[in-house]
Amino acid sequence: MGKLSRAALLYISAVVAAAVVLVARGPFTGLSWQYVVFLGILVIVSESRATQLRKGQLTWSSSSAAMLASVVLVGPVGAAMVGACTALGLRRGPSVLQRVFNTAMYALSAYLAGRAFLALGGQVGLPGENSFPGIIWPFAGAALVLVAANHGLLSGVLWLTRGPDQGAAAALGSQGVGLSGRLLLSDLGYAAYGLLIAALWSVVGPFAPLLVLIPLFVARWAVAQFAEQQKAYEATVGALCQAVETKDFYTRGHSDRVSRGSVMIAREIGMRGERVEAIRYAGMLHDVGKLGVPTKVLRKTGTLTDQEYAAIQLHPMRGLDIVREIGFLDEALAGIMHHHERIDGRGYPMGLAGEEIPEFARVLAVADAFDSMTSTRSYRGARPVGEAVAELRKWSGTQFDPAFVDAFVAALRREGWQRPEPPRPPGSPLLGSEDLAALTEPDHDDPGTPLRVIDSL
Amino acid sequence: MSERRHELRRYPWRVRDSGELLLVVAAGVCLVASVTQTAAEGLKDPRIAIAFGALIAFGEVLRLNLPGDRESAPVGFAGALAYALLIRVGTHDVHYSAEQVVTVATIGMIIGALPHLAVGRPARVSGMAARLLCVACVAYIFRPLAGNAAVDQHWGLAASLMVSLTVLALLLEAVLTALLRVDEQRARFKVALVDEMRVQLPLGAAVGASALLIAFAAEVMGLAALAVFTAPLLVTQVAFRRYAGIRATYLQTVRALAKVTEIGGYVEPGHSERVSRLAVAVGRELGIHEPQLLELEYAALMHDIGQLSLHDPIPGGATVLVSRQDQQRIAELGADVIQQAHVLGSVAEIVRRQNEPYRAVDVEPDAAGAAPDGNRPSGPPLSSRIIKAANAFDDLVGSSLDPDRAAAAVQRLRLDTASEYDPATVEALSRVVSRRSVVQM
Repeated sequence: MGKLSRAALLYISAVVAAAVVLVARGPFTGLSWQYVVFLGILVIVSESRATQLRKGQLTWSSSSAAMLASVVLVGPVGAAMVGACTALGLRRGPSVLQRVFNTAMYALSAYLAGRAFLALGGQVGLPGENSFPGIIWPFAGAALVLVAANHGLLSGVLWLTRGPDQGAAAALGSQGVGLSGRLLLSDLGYAAYGLLIAALWSVVGPFAPLLVLIPLFVARWAVAQFAEQQKAYEATVGALCQAVETKDFYTRGHSDRVSRGSVMIAREIGMRGERVEAIRYAGMLHDVGKLGVPTKVLRKTGTLTDQEYAAIQLHPMRGLDIVREIGFLDEALAGIMHHHERIDGRGYPMGLAGEEIPEFARVLAVADAFDSMTSTRSYRGARPVGEAVAELRKWSGTQFDPAFVDAFVAALRREGWQRPEPPRPPGSPLLGSEDLAALTEPDHDDPGTPLRVIDSL
Repeated sequence: MSERRHELRRYPWRVRDSGELLLVVAAGVCLVASVTQTAAEGLKDPRIAIAFGALIAFGEVLRLNLPGDRESAPVGFAGALAYALLIRVGTHDVHYSAEQVVTVATIGMIIGALPHLAVGRPARVSGMAARLLCVACVAYIFRPLAGNAAVDQHWGLAASLMVSLTVLALLLEAVLTALLRVDEQRARFKVALVDEMRVQLPLGAAVGASALLIAFAAEVMGLAALAVFTAPLLVTQVAFRRYAGIRATYLQTVRALAKVTEIGGYVEPGHSERVSRLAVAVGRELGIHEPQLLELEYAALMHDIGQLSLHDPIPGGATVLVSRQDQQRIAELGADVIQQAHVLGSVAEIVRRQNEPYRAVDVEPDAAGAAPDGNRPSGPPLSSRIIKAANAFDDLVGSSLDPDRAAAAVQRLRLDTASEYDPATVEALSRVVSRRSVVQM
């Protein structure tokens, strides 16, 4: 934290100063300390156990509910004091400066929320029967102000410490606008519980927060379970894909890289998050059907017979057979089935052309061919990225959708490409590329592979 | 899972469903009595009754499938419990009978089940009956007390009574569901109950808390409490739905990818699925708990995944027919694949040891080249023993349904129980198989 810019330091001091001044100004008369203590404890507990939604993202805690409850029960100054209890959170990790800033930020936003509540006509104190539904609008205003002030102050500091690009991204969550919207919504949802705590206080006293937060803690538990399962799931799919690849020595890691390439294209053209996920799995599984192709055909050196070639051409259909029962998006299935179609209609298995080919399949085709070209094959060495791009451009419009080729090239330029290590097949030195070209059948993924018509299909 | 249920439903006399029938009859009797009583007395506080009925119906529409083919309706259940526990709405003391609670809950549930029926989903009567019985139990205890002056005035007494009744209702639901499972899946009651509690506990806590919240908050907010405190439960439910969704996808994916060995011609079509089904049935017979049962299922599905690394498929894929070294090599390769996922550690271990003989006494140390620790203190894990037996059985019988062939295969496994197969596992398998032949005849 030592290398903070002067602007960042200035900003942090301003926030801290504002918080201190506003709280110190009072008034403290008529402040019910009982509430402040209970809600402060609640904030400390929530802050100590904040759930991290995903690695490196904002944490999500129920302290905003406690702060909003205090807005209703004890007013702006009390709320600021409850917010300041953040400082006592037992969570390890944040540095002293971060802790100070967080404390000031929560105190300040709670104070502002309290002011908004009063300005909109809310009345401080235990809500009674007559408070509903009149209290809802001031409270909603307070909640909005709290969430907005929180996010605003936080983006400010991130912007100043990490630079505009990263700051905005970090503040919004790395998944972009979709997630940030969800995060804001979940914050607002959490905020609503503040009112419930305040309302229940008159019936069950300090048990109110406990009772209100049980369903939320359970929900959080379920979300954590979900995240864990999802990680496990991804790892398992990855491992199984690798198992599939052991059949063909030269394609090790191919699925993984195709998956990455497809995601690059999908992000570049602005696909929705959910579809990006789907295409990631589609990339991982696109060649699963190769298992239906006998190993000796896959590894064969020399010209393939028509039957053998037919077996290779069937692999997208085999892949579909395997993954059909998985509850994926249908688009992923279509992508797996059609990833060897060509824009000019001369691909397989169906010979679809142009827009008839599902979008996923067109994306996968580009990533698939690119990875094939930049990896070593038994009959040739890996081509450099530049050459592979030129090749993509060459076949753009006949084999590939030009829009996706462009998107891929743009993404490549920005993010770069991790080429696989050249493999060393057991028992043979790394082969010189030219000598073998004549010997073997080109990889089915290589663009420009001569087309063959098979009668038996 | 649904397939399996389907299979059981096929045979006409339905011995398995007797428990379900009993439960539904009990709920039905309770219901008829309540409806008659309510009809005779007339509906009290109709506005409140309609509001809660609507909430219960809404909750029933939003049913949730929890892992392990469990259905629950958290919102509906919470609403019904809250209705049973209500003392006051605003300043108005409510006095309705337990019978009215049962009637309103039932009508709500039936209305909520209609959309499910309309889109062709099963109505799941047994789950509804179980929930209804729990609500009825709470209502019959609490309703007579609700008008009691002592309960009305002592907040602490009322609150502790309500909390304990809620806990009671949730426990009762777990017991009833466990009983149903025992009946349906031939699980052991104790095992089923523990599994049920483990799965239901988190959601149950949320349901109970929401029911109490609605009942308490109605005093402050009136009927708005219903909508307001259903919201947290809805959030919880959404989170659980996503969790259950990824669990289901996980299983589907492993099932699908386990099939690659079949499509690659390494094993007979349907082998992994059959072995896993048999292994799970045997595991249940042996009283394995659900989390381990899931691992067993994964391991059984992927037990042949190591064959992918073989250059040429084994003829017919029957691993029982190849040499022990080869079997062991396949198991090791498969375990390595699974290990790469880093998350299924015990599954990898189960797969790795699936070929180890039950008693290692007569194995020549050099023959089992892959068993470096010659004097293992213990045999292979139970799951490995189950997979070994189930795999051998399927290699011998295949997809055949011939009971004589099955009996002969069991006999052959039995002959090998001195060293190769675990006798207890083989006996469990024999019971499962003989049941199955009755079903399929």
